[in-house]
Amino acid sequence: MELLHAASAGTMESSDALVTVSPAENGISLSITSPVIHQYGEQIKKVVLERLEALEVKNAEITVVDKGALDCTLKARVEGAVFRACDAADAGIPWGGAVK
Amino acid sequence: MIDESKKKRLRRSMLFLNCQKPSLIRDPYVYKPDSIMLDLEDAVAENQKDAARFSLYHALQEINYRGVERVVRINGIDTPHWQEDIRVCVAGGCDVIRIPKCTCANDVAIVEEAVYNAEKEFGKEEGSVLLMAALESCLGVINAFEICKSSERLIGVALSGGDYTKDLQTHITFTGIELAGARQQMIIAARAAGVQCFDTVFTNLDDMEGFEAETEMIKLMGFDGKSLVNPRQIPVVHKVFTPTKKEIITAEKIVREIDTKKALGIGVFTVDGKMIDIAFYDGAKRTLMLAKAAGVYEGDLV
Repeated sequence: MELLHAASAGTMESSDALVTVSPAENGISLSITSPVIHQYGEQIKKVVLERLEALEVKNAEITVVDKGALDCTLKARVEGAVFRACDAADAGIPWGGAVK
Repeated sequence: MIDESKKKRLRRSMLFLNCQKPSLIRDPYVYKPDSIMLDLEDAVAENQKDAARFSLYHALQEINYRGVERVVRINGIDTPHWQEDIRVCVAGGCDVIRIPKCTCANDVAIVEEAVYNAEKEFGKEEGSVLLMAALESCLGVINAFEICKSSERLIGVALSGGDYTKDLQTHITFTGIELAGARQQMIIAARAAGVQCFDTVFTNLDDMEGFEAETEMIKLMGFDGKSLVNPRQIPVVHKVFTPTKKEIITAEKIVREIDTKKALGIGVFTVDGKMIDIAFYDGAKRTLMLAKAAGVYEGDLV
């Protein structure tokens, strides 16, 4: 997917994550803030990058402010932000396809 | 194919949870409700409907709710959201879709068709997702019987007291007077159609005595359970709706005695000093079924 503009999904509440994505030109750049970065930093990175790959996002700048989100929440926030950035979040989501 | 045992399962407590809040949907099974109701409708802000669906999908797919039934309340069919809501519910594999603001049988038919199409789209078995209808208006309550009969998938109807009392041009008084007619109409309709009936929420969390009294009243009216807004309300509802040991023993005696006396050609007799005849049979069976479903009866009479 080609990002059209910056967009975010999520909140700064406990158990959530605020994910912001913006269009970029040279690949993926990812920044993560988390109170559990030492323990789960790699896992968060893995989940985010896997989601981007599944959605075929090749160029993007991503910021994740994690507040102790489960993997399922993190996935939902990355997807929410990406689909919003592509103006495609409201209908026709490929549930079980790219969103999995 | 509709799974009848799934359709008729025990639903004493149905806890509302906001799909917009990950902290609420991550582990509500710890409170052991019979059902949770993941809300995409009123609890989710208009500009977060899209994000809530992504959260819902992954929660349905990845969180093990440990046997707690997963109901999803979709947005009304007068909104731009309901069709995508149905797609995510079916793809995610929820158990039941709750249709809000249901006014007539056709509202159920519209949702049912979309569910059927989504089942085909996502390769799910036909009938995999059940339906329930929330009656929130005078028209919905008047049409309760046709709604109760509207679909094989329909598990039952639920009263939504807030919107209903607005339509009635009154308000929630916590005396029950304003809801009496709707409750009576709905439970009669539900029983006549052979589906379940659920009462509205009780929102005053500081009045646990009032809550218990209301729960006892709706149980006596015949309701199957109640919608809840706080986990603290769950044990109260379960206590009211679960047969006591004494009730179970009496029910066992009645079922056994009627079975034996019938074989002997005796129609009416006494159990513990009370006159008993065949009219008590179904009630006693129901008590035992409820007790079995609640895990407090292990006998073999039901």
